[in-house]
Amino acid sequence: MRHAFVVLAITLLGVLFAGIDANVIVRDVATPLGQSLLTLVPRDLGAPNVVTGILLAYRGFDTIGEVAVLFMVAAGVGLVLGESNQRRRKVDATLPPAQPATEIVENGARILLPMIAIFAAYIIMNGHLSAGGGFQGGAVIASGILLLLLALPKVGVDLAFLSATESIAGILFVLAGVAGLVFASGFFDSRILPLGTFGSLFSAGSIPILSLLLGIKVGCELGVIIVRFRG
Amino acid sequence: MFDLPISKLVLGTGFLLILIGLWGMLTHRNILRIIIGFSLIDTGIHAVIVSLGYVAGGTAPIIDRALPIQEASTRAVDPVASALVVTAIVIGLSVTAMMLAYAVRLYDSKKTLSIDALADSKW
Repeated sequence: MRHAFVVLAITLLGVLFAGIDANVIVRDVATPLGQSLLTLVPRDLGAPNVVTGILLAYRGFDTIGEVAVLFMVAAGVGLVLGESNQRRRKVDATLPPAQPATEIVENGARILLPMIAIFAAYIIMNGHLSAGGGFQGGAVIASGILLLLLALPKVGVDLAFLSATESIAGILFVLAGVAGLVFASGFFDSRILPLGTFGSLFSAGSIPILSLLLGIKVGCELGVIIVRFRG
Repeated sequence: MFDLPISKLVLGTGFLLILIGLWGMLTHRNILRIIIGFSLIDTGIHAVIVSLGYVAGGTAPIIDRALPIQEASTRAVDPVASALVVTAIVIGLSVTAMMLAYAVRLYDSKKTLSIDALADSKW
Protein backbone atom coordinates (compact mmCIF):
# COMPACT_ATOMS: atom_id res chain seq x y z
CA MET A 1 0.00 0.00 0.00
CA ARG A 2 2.73 2.41 1.01
CA HIS A 3 4.77 1.39 -2.03
CA ALA A 4 1.80 2.12 -4.31
CA PHE A 5 1.80 5.74 -3.10
CA VAL A 6 5.57 5.98 -3.66
CA VAL A 7 5.21 4.63 -7.22
CA LEU A 8 2.34 7.05 -7.90
CA ALA A 9 4.27 10.04 -6.54
CA ILE A 10 7.43 9.16 -8.49
CA THR A 11 5.44 8.62 -11.70
CA LEU A 12 3.61 11.95 -11.38
CA LEU A 13 6.85 13.77 -10.67
CA GLY A 14 8.46 11.95 -13.62
CA VAL A 15 5.67 13.08 -15.95
CA LEU A 16 6.09 16.66 -14.69
CA PHE A 17 9.88 16.52 -15.19
CA ALA A 18 9.49 14.99 -18.69
CA GLY A 19 7.14 17.85 -19.59
CA ILE A 20 9.65 20.42 -18.36
CA ASP A 21 12.49 18.70 -20.22
CA ALA A 22 10.53 18.58 -23.48
CA ASN A 23 9.41 22.22 -23.31
CA VAL A 24 12.47 23.98 -21.93
CA ILE A 25 13.93 26.41 -24.47
CA VAL A 26 17.68 26.30 -25.02
CA ARG A 27 18.94 29.88 -25.06
CA ASP A 28 20.91 31.32 -27.97
CA VAL A 29 22.68 33.85 -25.74
CA ALA A 30 23.12 34.13 -21.99
CA THR A 31 20.70 36.14 -19.84
CA PRO A 32 21.32 39.91 -19.73
CA LEU A 33 22.91 39.53 -16.28
CA GLY A 34 25.18 36.75 -17.55
CA GLN A 35 26.13 38.75 -20.64
CA SER A 36 27.11 41.82 -18.64
CA LEU A 37 29.12 39.69 -16.21
CA LEU A 38 30.87 37.96 -19.13
CA THR A 39 32.20 41.32 -20.32
CA LEU A 40 32.58 43.04 -16.92
CA VAL A 41 34.72 40.38 -15.19
CA PRO A 42 37.52 40.25 -17.81
CA ARG A 43 37.47 44.03 -18.43
CA ASP A 44 37.08 45.46 -14.91
CA LEU A 45 38.58 42.70 -12.76
CA GLY A 46 41.11 41.33 -15.27
CA ALA A 47 40.18 37.72 -14.52
CA PRO A 48 39.85 35.41 -17.57
CA ASN A 49 37.78 32.86 -15.59
CA VAL A 50 34.42 34.59 -15.22
CA VAL A 51 33.05 32.11 -12.65
CA THR A 52 35.96 32.70 -10.24
CA GLY A 53 35.59 36.44 -10.74
CA ILE A 54 31.92 36.26 -9.77
CA LEU A 55 32.57 34.00 -6.77
CA LEU A 56 35.46 35.97 -5.30
CA ALA A 57 34.63 39.55 -6.21
CA TYR A 58 30.98 40.19 -7.03
CA ARG A 59 29.68 37.43 -4.76
CA GLY A 60 32.52 37.52 -2.23
CA PHE A 61 30.04 38.17 0.57
CA ASP A 62 28.20 34.94 -0.36
CA THR A 63 31.49 33.06 -0.41
CA ILE A 64 32.10 34.17 3.19
CA GLY A 65 28.70 32.69 4.03
CA GLU A 66 29.63 29.40 2.35
CA VAL A 67 32.91 29.25 4.24
CA ALA A 68 31.00 29.98 7.44
CA VAL A 69 28.69 27.04 6.68
CA LEU A 70 31.72 24.78 6.18
CA PHE A 71 33.19 26.01 9.46
CA MET A 72 29.93 25.34 11.29
CA VAL A 73 29.78 21.82 9.80
CA ALA A 74 33.37 21.10 10.88
CA ALA A 75 32.47 22.29 14.38
CA GLY A 76 29.13 20.45 14.35
CA VAL A 77 30.67 17.13 13.23
CA GLY A 78 33.21 17.49 16.03
CA LEU A 79 30.42 18.20 18.51
CA VAL A 80 28.29 15.25 17.38
CA LEU A 81 31.10 12.71 16.95
CA GLY A 82 33.57 13.79 19.64
CA GLU A 83 31.95 12.05 22.60
CA SER A 84 30.84 8.95 20.70
CA ASN A 85 34.37 8.48 19.30
CA GLN A 86 35.80 8.33 22.81
CA ARG A 87 33.26 5.67 23.73
CA ARG A 88 33.95 3.68 20.57
CA ARG A 89 37.68 3.72 21.20
CA LYS A 90 37.07 2.08 24.58
CA VAL A 91 35.02 -0.66 22.90
CA ASP A 92 37.62 -1.09 20.17
CA ALA A 93 40.33 -1.85 22.74
CA THR A 94 38.93 -5.39 23.02
CA LEU A 95 39.03 -5.94 19.24
CA PRO A 96 42.17 -7.26 17.48
CA PRO A 97 44.34 -4.47 16.01
CA ALA A 98 43.62 -3.47 12.42
CA GLN A 99 45.71 -4.94 9.60
CA PRO A 100 48.35 -2.50 8.35
CA ALA A 101 48.18 -1.42 4.69
CA THR A 102 50.29 -3.44 2.24
CA GLU A 103 53.59 -2.17 0.89
CA ILE A 104 52.04 -1.41 -2.50
CA VAL A 105 49.39 0.84 -0.97
CA GLU A 106 51.91 2.59 1.28
CA ASN A 107 54.47 3.24 -1.46
CA GLY A 108 51.74 4.25 -3.91
CA ALA A 109 50.45 6.78 -1.42
CA ARG A 110 53.98 8.13 -0.84
CA ILE A 111 54.38 8.69 -4.60
CA LEU A 112 50.88 10.08 -5.14
CA LEU A 113 50.67 12.46 -2.17
CA PRO A 114 53.23 15.02 -3.44
CA MET A 115 51.54 14.94 -6.86
CA ILE A 116 48.14 15.56 -5.27
CA ALA A 117 49.63 18.48 -3.34
CA ILE A 118 51.16 19.98 -6.50
CA PHE A 119 47.91 19.48 -8.43
CA ALA A 120 45.94 21.21 -5.66
CA ALA A 121 48.38 24.14 -5.66
CA TYR A 122 48.09 24.38 -9.45
CA ILE A 123 44.27 24.39 -9.36
CA ILE A 124 44.17 27.02 -6.62
CA MET A 125 46.75 29.38 -8.15
CA ASN A 126 45.26 29.15 -11.66
CA GLY A 127 41.71 29.69 -10.41
CA HIS A 128 41.48 33.10 -12.10
CA LEU A 129 43.11 31.88 -15.35
CA SER A 130 41.55 28.49 -16.10
CA ALA A 131 38.95 26.13 -14.72
CA GLY A 132 39.47 25.77 -10.98
CA GLY A 133 39.62 27.88 -7.87
CA GLY A 134 39.74 27.79 -4.11
CA PHE A 135 36.87 25.39 -3.49
CA GLN A 136 38.01 22.88 -6.09
CA GLY A 137 41.66 22.96 -5.00
CA GLY A 138 40.61 22.68 -1.35
CA ALA A 139 38.63 19.54 -2.20
CA VAL A 140 41.76 18.10 -3.85
CA ILE A 141 43.77 18.83 -0.67
CA ALA A 142 41.09 17.03 1.36
CA SER A 143 41.30 14.03 -0.99
CA GLY A 144 45.05 13.92 -0.25
CA ILE A 145 44.34 13.96 3.49
CA LEU A 146 41.85 11.11 2.99
CA LEU A 147 44.48 9.07 1.09
CA LEU A 148 46.98 9.75 3.89
CA LEU A 149 44.52 8.51 6.53
CA LEU A 150 43.64 5.37 4.56
CA ALA A 151 47.12 4.34 3.41
CA LEU A 152 49.36 5.56 6.24
CA PRO A 153 47.12 5.50 9.35
CA LYS A 154 50.15 5.69 11.68
CA VAL A 155 50.98 9.19 10.42
CA GLY A 156 49.00 11.39 12.76
CA VAL A 157 47.11 14.35 11.34
CA ASP A 158 47.32 17.31 13.70
CA LEU A 159 43.74 18.54 14.17
CA ALA A 160 44.85 21.60 16.14
CA PHE A 161 47.22 22.62 13.32
CA LEU A 162 44.48 22.22 10.67
CA SER A 163 42.01 24.22 12.80
CA ALA A 164 44.52 27.02 13.46
CA THR A 165 45.49 27.20 9.76
CA GLU A 166 41.91 27.46 8.60
CA SER A 167 41.13 30.09 11.24
CA ILE A 168 44.10 32.25 10.16
CA ALA A 169 43.15 31.83 6.49
CA GLY A 170 39.56 32.81 7.33
CA ILE A 171 40.64 35.93 9.23
CA LEU A 172 42.93 37.00 6.36
CA PHE A 173 40.08 36.33 3.88
CA VAL A 174 37.74 38.68 5.78
CA LEU A 175 40.54 41.26 6.12
CA ALA A 176 41.08 41.15 2.34
CA GLY A 177 37.37 41.85 1.95
CA VAL A 178 37.52 44.77 4.37
CA ALA A 179 40.59 46.09 2.50
CA GLY A 180 38.39 46.28 -0.59
CA LEU A 181 36.00 48.44 1.44
CA VAL A 182 38.81 50.79 2.52
CA PHE A 183 41.10 51.00 -0.52
CA ALA A 184 38.65 50.30 -3.37
CA SER A 185 34.95 50.78 -3.95
CA GLY A 186 33.34 47.97 -1.96
CA PHE A 187 33.47 44.86 0.22
CA PHE A 188 35.61 42.22 -1.58
CA ASP A 189 36.49 44.62 -4.39
CA SER A 190 39.53 42.87 -5.88
CA ARG A 191 41.01 46.04 -7.36
CA ILE A 192 43.08 46.83 -4.24
CA LEU A 193 46.09 45.48 -6.15
CA PRO A 194 47.10 46.41 -9.71
CA LEU A 195 45.36 44.35 -12.39
CA GLY A 196 48.64 43.44 -14.10
CA THR A 197 48.95 41.78 -17.49
CA PHE A 198 45.74 40.04 -18.55
CA GLY A 199 46.22 36.28 -18.32
CA SER A 200 49.45 36.19 -16.28
CA LEU A 201 49.74 34.44 -12.90
CA PHE A 202 50.02 37.66 -10.88
CA SER A 203 47.08 39.58 -12.29
CA ALA A 204 43.40 40.25 -11.60
CA GLY A 205 44.02 42.30 -8.45
CA SER A 206 43.56 40.38 -5.21
CA ILE A 207 41.66 37.45 -6.76
CA PRO A 208 44.69 35.04 -6.67
CA ILE A 209 45.27 35.88 -2.99
CA LEU A 210 41.58 35.39 -2.14
CA SER A 211 41.66 32.13 -4.10
CA LEU A 212 44.73 30.94 -2.18
CA LEU A 213 43.19 31.76 1.22
CA LEU A 214 39.92 30.10 0.23
CA GLY A 215 41.77 26.97 -0.96
CA ILE A 216 43.73 26.68 2.32
CA LYS A 217 40.59 27.24 4.37
CA VAL A 218 38.41 24.78 2.48
CA GLY A 219 41.15 22.12 2.37
CA CYS A 220 41.77 22.34 6.13
CA GLU A 221 38.05 22.36 6.95
CA LEU A 222 37.26 19.31 4.82
CA GLY A 223 40.37 17.65 6.29
CA VAL A 224 39.08 18.30 9.82
CA ILE A 225 35.71 16.76 8.89
CA ILE A 226 37.42 13.65 7.41
CA VAL A 227 39.71 13.22 10.44
CA ARG A 228 36.75 13.56 12.81
CA PHE A 229 34.94 10.72 11.02
CA ARG A 230 37.94 8.44 11.51
CA GLY A 231 37.61 9.00 15.26
CA MET B 1 15.06 14.17 -32.46
CA PHE B 2 18.61 14.01 -33.75
CA ASP B 3 19.41 17.65 -33.09
CA LEU B 4 18.80 17.05 -29.39
CA PRO B 5 20.75 19.78 -27.56
CA ILE B 6 23.26 18.56 -24.98
CA SER B 7 21.57 20.62 -22.27
CA LYS B 8 18.32 18.65 -22.63
CA LEU B 9 20.27 15.43 -22.11
CA VAL B 10 21.89 16.88 -18.98
CA LEU B 11 18.52 18.20 -17.79
CA GLY B 12 16.90 14.78 -18.32
CA THR B 13 19.77 13.04 -16.50
CA GLY B 14 19.44 15.48 -13.61
CA PHE B 15 15.69 14.88 -13.35
CA LEU B 16 16.27 11.10 -13.52
CA LEU B 17 18.81 11.34 -10.67
CA ILE B 18 16.30 13.34 -8.59
CA LEU B 19 13.63 10.65 -9.18
CA ILE B 20 16.01 7.79 -8.33
CA GLY B 21 17.13 9.58 -5.18
CA LEU B 22 13.56 10.31 -4.11
CA TRP B 23 12.57 6.69 -4.74
CA GLY B 24 15.55 5.54 -2.65
CA MET B 25 14.68 7.89 0.20
CA LEU B 26 11.01 6.83 0.26
CA THR B 27 11.39 3.05 -0.04
CA HIS B 28 14.48 2.24 2.04
CA ARG B 29 14.59 1.99 5.83
CA ASN B 30 18.38 2.07 6.20
CA ILE B 31 19.64 5.52 7.19
CA LEU B 32 22.77 5.23 5.04
CA ARG B 33 20.65 4.44 1.98
CA ILE B 34 18.44 7.43 2.73
CA ILE B 35 21.56 9.62 2.86
CA ILE B 36 22.71 8.16 -0.48
CA GLY B 37 19.26 9.02 -1.89
CA PHE B 38 19.66 12.58 -0.65
CA SER B 39 23.08 12.82 -2.33
CA LEU B 40 21.56 11.61 -5.61
CA ILE B 41 18.83 14.29 -5.41
CA ASP B 42 21.51 16.87 -4.63
CA THR B 43 23.65 15.87 -7.63
CA GLY B 44 20.57 15.82 -9.87
CA ILE B 45 19.70 19.38 -8.85
CA HIS B 46 23.26 20.49 -9.69
CA ALA B 47 22.93 18.95 -13.17
CA VAL B 48 19.56 20.71 -13.64
CA ILE B 49 20.97 24.13 -12.64
CA VAL B 50 24.01 23.74 -14.90
CA SER B 51 21.89 22.66 -17.86
CA LEU B 52 19.56 25.66 -17.42
CA GLY B 53 22.57 27.97 -17.80
CA TYR B 54 23.54 26.37 -21.12
CA VAL B 55 23.64 28.46 -24.27
CA ALA B 56 23.26 26.71 -27.65
CA GLY B 57 26.78 25.98 -28.90
CA GLY B 58 28.26 27.84 -25.96
CA THR B 59 31.71 27.24 -24.47
CA ALA B 60 33.17 27.58 -20.96
CA PRO B 61 33.13 31.20 -19.67
CA ILE B 62 36.93 31.46 -19.64
CA ILE B 63 38.54 34.11 -21.82
CA ASP B 64 41.48 32.69 -23.79
CA ARG B 65 42.57 32.14 -27.39
CA ALA B 66 39.50 30.01 -28.09
CA LEU B 67 37.12 32.68 -26.74
CA PRO B 68 38.17 36.30 -27.48
CA ILE B 69 36.74 38.93 -25.17
CA GLN B 70 34.67 40.45 -28.02
CA GLU B 71 32.74 37.20 -28.48
CA ALA B 72 32.41 36.40 -24.76
CA SER B 73 28.89 37.73 -24.31
CA THR B 74 27.49 35.75 -27.26
CA ARG B 75 29.43 32.47 -27.29
CA ALA B 76 29.87 31.55 -23.60
CA VAL B 77 27.41 29.76 -21.31
CA ASP B 78 25.74 31.67 -18.48
CA PRO B 79 28.37 32.06 -15.71
CA VAL B 80 25.74 32.83 -13.04
CA ALA B 81 24.41 29.26 -13.07
CA SER B 82 27.95 27.83 -12.79
CA ALA B 83 28.78 30.12 -9.87
CA LEU B 84 25.56 29.14 -8.06
CA VAL B 85 26.31 25.43 -8.51
CA VAL B 86 29.69 25.85 -6.79
CA THR B 87 27.77 27.18 -3.78
CA ALA B 88 25.20 24.38 -4.00
CA ILE B 89 27.89 21.67 -4.08
CA VAL B 90 29.50 23.04 -0.90
CA ILE B 91 26.19 23.25 0.96
CA GLY B 92 25.16 19.76 -0.22
CA LEU B 93 28.45 18.32 1.00
CA SER B 94 28.00 20.06 4.36
CA VAL B 95 24.49 18.67 4.84
CA THR B 96 25.67 15.16 3.87
CA ALA B 97 28.54 15.34 6.36
CA MET B 98 26.18 16.38 9.16
CA MET B 99 23.71 13.59 8.29
CA LEU B 100 26.51 10.99 8.31
CA ALA B 101 27.71 12.28 11.69
CA TYR B 102 24.20 11.86 13.13
CA ALA B 103 23.99 8.38 11.55
CA VAL B 104 27.20 7.36 13.35
CA ARG B 105 25.80 8.74 16.59
CA LEU B 106 22.45 6.95 16.14
CA TYR B 107 24.23 3.68 15.41
CA ASP B 108 26.20 4.10 18.64
CA SER B 109 23.06 4.50 20.72
CA LYS B 110 20.64 2.10 18.95
CA LYS B 111 23.11 -0.44 17.40
CA THR B 112 21.07 -0.42 14.18
CA LEU B 113 20.79 1.83 11.13
CA SER B 114 17.09 1.18 10.46
CA ILE B 115 14.85 4.21 10.94
CA ASP B 116 12.19 1.86 12.32
CA ALA B 117 14.31 1.71 15.47
CA LEU B 118 13.71 5.44 15.91
CA ALA B 119 9.91 5.18 15.96
CA ASP B 120 9.80 6.34 19.59
CA SER B 121 11.14 9.76 18.61
CA LYS B 122 8.20 10.38 16.27
CA TRP B 123 5.36 12.52 17.58
